[in-house]
Amino acid sequence: MATGQQTLQQTAQSSHMSAGNSASSGQAPIELDRLTHDYGSRLALDGLSFDVRPAQIFGLLGPNGSGKTTLFRILSTLMVPTSGHARIAGFDVAKEPNRVRQQTGIVFQASSLDVKLTVAENLMHQGHLYGLRGPQLQARAKEVLARVGLTNRAKDMVETLSGGQKRRVELAKGLIHSPSVLLLDEPSTGLDPGARIDLWNYLRILRDDQGVTVLVTTHLMEEAEHCDRLAILSAGKLVALGSPAELKAEIGGDVVQFETCGPEAAAALGARIAERFAVAPSVVGNAVRVEREHGHRFLTEVVEAFPGAIESVSVSKPSLEDVFIQRTGHRFWLEKNEEKS
Amino acid sequence: MATASLPARIPISTSPGLWTPAYSLWRRELVRFYRQKARVVGVIASPLLFWLVLGSGFAKSFQTHGPSSAVSSHYAGYFFPGAIMMIVLFTAIFSMMSLIQDRNEGFLLSVLAAPISRSAIVLGKVMGGATLAAIQGWIFLVFAPLAGVHVGLLGILYSMLMIALASFALTALGFIIAWPMDSTQAFHAVINLVLIPLWLLSGSVFPASGASGWLRIVMLLNPLTYGVDALRNGLFPLETTTFSPEINLVVTLGFCAVVFVGSWAVVNRRTNKPAA
Repeated sequence: MATGQQTLQQTAQSSHMSAGNSASSGQAPIELDRLTHDYGSRLALDGLSFDVRPAQIFGLLGPNGSGKTTLFRILSTLMVPTSGHARIAGFDVAKEPNRVRQQTGIVFQASSLDVKLTVAENLMHQGHLYGLRGPQLQARAKEVLARVGLTNRAKDMVETLSGGQKRRVELAKGLIHSPSVLLLDEPSTGLDPGARIDLWNYLRILRDDQGVTVLVTTHLMEEAEHCDRLAILSAGKLVALGSPAELKAEIGGDVVQFETCGPEAAAALGARIAERFAVAPSVVGNAVRVEREHGHRFLTEVVEAFPGAIESVSVSKPSLEDVFIQRTGHRFWLEKNEEKS
Repeated sequence: MATASLPARIPISTSPGLWTPAYSLWRRELVRFYRQKARVVGVIASPLLFWLVLGSGFAKSFQTHGPSSAVSSHYAGYFFPGAIMMIVLFTAIFSMMSLIQDRNEGFLLSVLAAPISRSAIVLGKVMGGATLAAIQGWIFLVFAPLAGVHVGLLGILYSMLMIALASFALTALGFIIAWPMDSTQAFHAVINLVLIPLWLLSGSVFPASGASGWLRIVMLLNPLTYGVDALRNGLFPLETTTFSPEINLVVTLGFCAVVFVGSWAVVNRRTNKPAA
């Protein structure tokens, strides 16, 4: 949608400006400036520019292959981007990785714990890697363990812990050096609902009590809803940026969906709806989606206009999924047009 | 909250330098090894078994073929330094298999993302594996009297030094092989294809003097030959060995330097591909 594109461009420009004076205080904890990465011929990140604001939980939402893992690797200094810049606390991730690493706590998607060591030993080891030692490290390890509620398991082997407990140790490990920025890659993977709620509560405490900036990657819409702000990625591009509420508000009205018997029928129905009602429907698989005020009224008009073409209908308030479909659907449509011309 | 004493949003991480992380990684290798009892038993028992079986099995055939060599009067004695080298090789190489595990289990990722130099990783891992291998080798020296070795303090100290150097070199070699790998199966293939022949052709099982043609040349080019020969210097001081103790020491030190630089180089290789 045109308004959406404009907002994006404005944000991109403002991020450029703030990147220019990143040396001054008050810079964004994470800044991306035309960040691009390719694996040979495949473009994984395509000119990403945005800022993450301090003491917020920022979500990086996208399906598999959208580039969020690549971005995570670059931010965690494990990979150097092909072009563009990413800065954490003002330090360029490619040029000053060690300064970035001191500022950043990382919780990887896969476990990074040594299961043959105890919980405390894992934390001590991690502390050593960040230059902590002696009584300071001991105190710090105790403190982060207390924060994730595992004080009584300190002397247990990691292999005896449950999945949720292991993830809490990972979190404690990432926090051992008291980072100002915490990066988490798909943190809810393999956690039961209770453990997920716990995790998000911990993240909120970190944000509110410690002023930690948290960046979370996820492919789960319901998880993205918990974030203060979101960047939605698709095929390496930024397709939406804003709070979940803002993004959903941009859609306006209701989302009306018409299920048909197949993709071709859906395309045909989409074209007919567009012609008759002067709207811009998006065709997703077997379904035609339209964003519209007073969805229930529009729905009856369409069903009456095209009897037999529709198998089922639904009206809903816009979700993040609708945001994603709207933005990426629009993009596909643009690409098709470009091919024709 | 208990955390109120710590200033918010100011990371307490300082530059960890080289030694603290290296020490931590070194210590981890040791703790892991001795927690896995099967590894401890296996690494002591298999060369012992190998030495007893091969040593006594070959003894007869070696004595009937040709005149008894000057190297050793009976094969169990001859084979003893080779058995030590085997225990060192196995411990060193298998300890570096943990590198592949670390990579696959994600542990390595958190090490690579820490503000440490890659050199600390090499140092910690290689010293860890080398320490384990050296300790196992030293323990095996206890069996020396059974092999008919009666040696003074100097011989023992020289042997211990050579065991330590060989442990270091072989662990570093294992590091070079394991670093770019992501499967332990591939690592096993390399062990069978490269490392076992390296050991077989080091004078551990049969002397270079008895080998002919190209085999002899391969044995002379094999850096491990000098380590095994050095152990013979230490354990059988009265017998003439292929090379002098000085040459053996220098070549082994050179081997250590080359593989350590090599492991440092593979770790610091810049790449645009994912680090782990």
